[in-house]
Amino acid sequence: MNNFSLTQVETAEEAVKTALLSTQNNRYIAGGTNLIDLMKYRVENPEHLLDINALDFSKISTLPEGGLRLGATATNSDTAYHELVEKNYPLLQKAILSGASTQLRNMVTDGGNLMQRTRCYYFYDTATPCNKREPGSGCSAIGGFNRIHAILGTSDECIATHPSDMCVALAALGATPCRLLGKTVHAVYHFLNFTDCPATIRNGIPIWNPANLLLRSICRKMGFQAILNI
Amino acid sequence: MEYKSYPETQEIELHLNGNTEKITISPWTTLLDALREYFKLTGTKKGCDHGQCGACTVLVNGKAINSCLSLAVMQQGKEIITIEGLSQGENLHPVQQAFIAHDAFQCGYCTTGQICSTVGLLNMKRGDSPEEIRDLMNGNICRCGAYANIYKVVEEMKQKEVQGTS
Repeated sequence: MNNFSLTQVETAEEAVKTALLSTQNNRYIAGGTNLIDLMKYRVENPEHLLDINALDFSKISTLPEGGLRLGATATNSDTAYHELVEKNYPLLQKAILSGASTQLRNMVTDGGNLMQRTRCYYFYDTATPCNKREPGSGCSAIGGFNRIHAILGTSDECIATHPSDMCVALAALGATPCRLLGKTVHAVYHFLNFTDCPATIRNGIPIWNPANLLLRSICRKMGFQAILNI
Repeated sequence: MEYKSYPETQEIELHLNGNTEKITISPWTTLLDALREYFKLTGTKKGCDHGQCGACTVLVNGKAINSCLSLAVMQQGKEIITIEGLSQGENLHPVQQAFIAHDAFQCGYCTTGQICSTVGLLNMKRGDSPEEIRDLMNGNICRCGAYANIYKVVEEMKQKEVQGTS
């Protein structure tokens, strides 16, 4: 891993302000299982980490109009074994429990699950071109070793599969990633646009289009505040 | 992007095996490296170092986690228990005793992680079916293939309603 610094933030406002105003390459960290792994491979090289575990976004609750809200920092284990999920959302429970291991599920947060990156070999191999890692550099998987790559939803730029089991269930359930602004909930993203989907074309915009990069950037900066309405 | 040319360190306080310990470390030190290199608690093993093998499993607030994918500075204020903290002096934890009784290891490299995962499973109060036991233990790889006897340990602990750490 590179030589980075880390601070614990106490409030969401502090976290967002720090990230938006900073000139450093920041990343939020909660469970950290994907980010730290990527840092060990030098795929991610943040200068500064903002530890958001102190923020109170771990609640899982019912919505007044029906449905369920998952807090971004609720762990995958707490979500899968939550009585509301166990009783009403067996698809979500089975999807979470079919992924990773007990140890990882105990660490991984729901927000982090959405933000995780693809497991494409070439994304991890910094010696090879990868449009997801370095937009515009090319896709090594197309024409490379791609037996386990995507069949549906691909583009000329990328054929990497999405890595999350939980996200498949959430997409099927019509979940909506939301952002909290003060006490107001904004359903700002379509689920498939929010996650790191197989196709790198979103709404007709290639991954290296500045508008798209800005959206991803906002997602990365705000992602921890995401809550999910099912 | 400019990286810092020297390692910054900070003093942190960890609740480790019932004791409060202070160390001065760099933020990028994983909990695994802190345990092994700073506290000399070498019972926790480094296997893959990428959260795939489970050799580094420890308990944090009673839950099994991969210490290789966790930064030590992020564990302040939490109760960390390693394999060294499970026994009471010379008295082994029931899970440790059962691993011996069932001959549930061969080379032993994965064993401390397997034991911590078993204790974590008991803490969760889950594992009521063979399928669930296998799922909850699937984060620990044993290349010697001692799975059958490891399973017997977990099954016995569940039948005897042995307490984990909580």
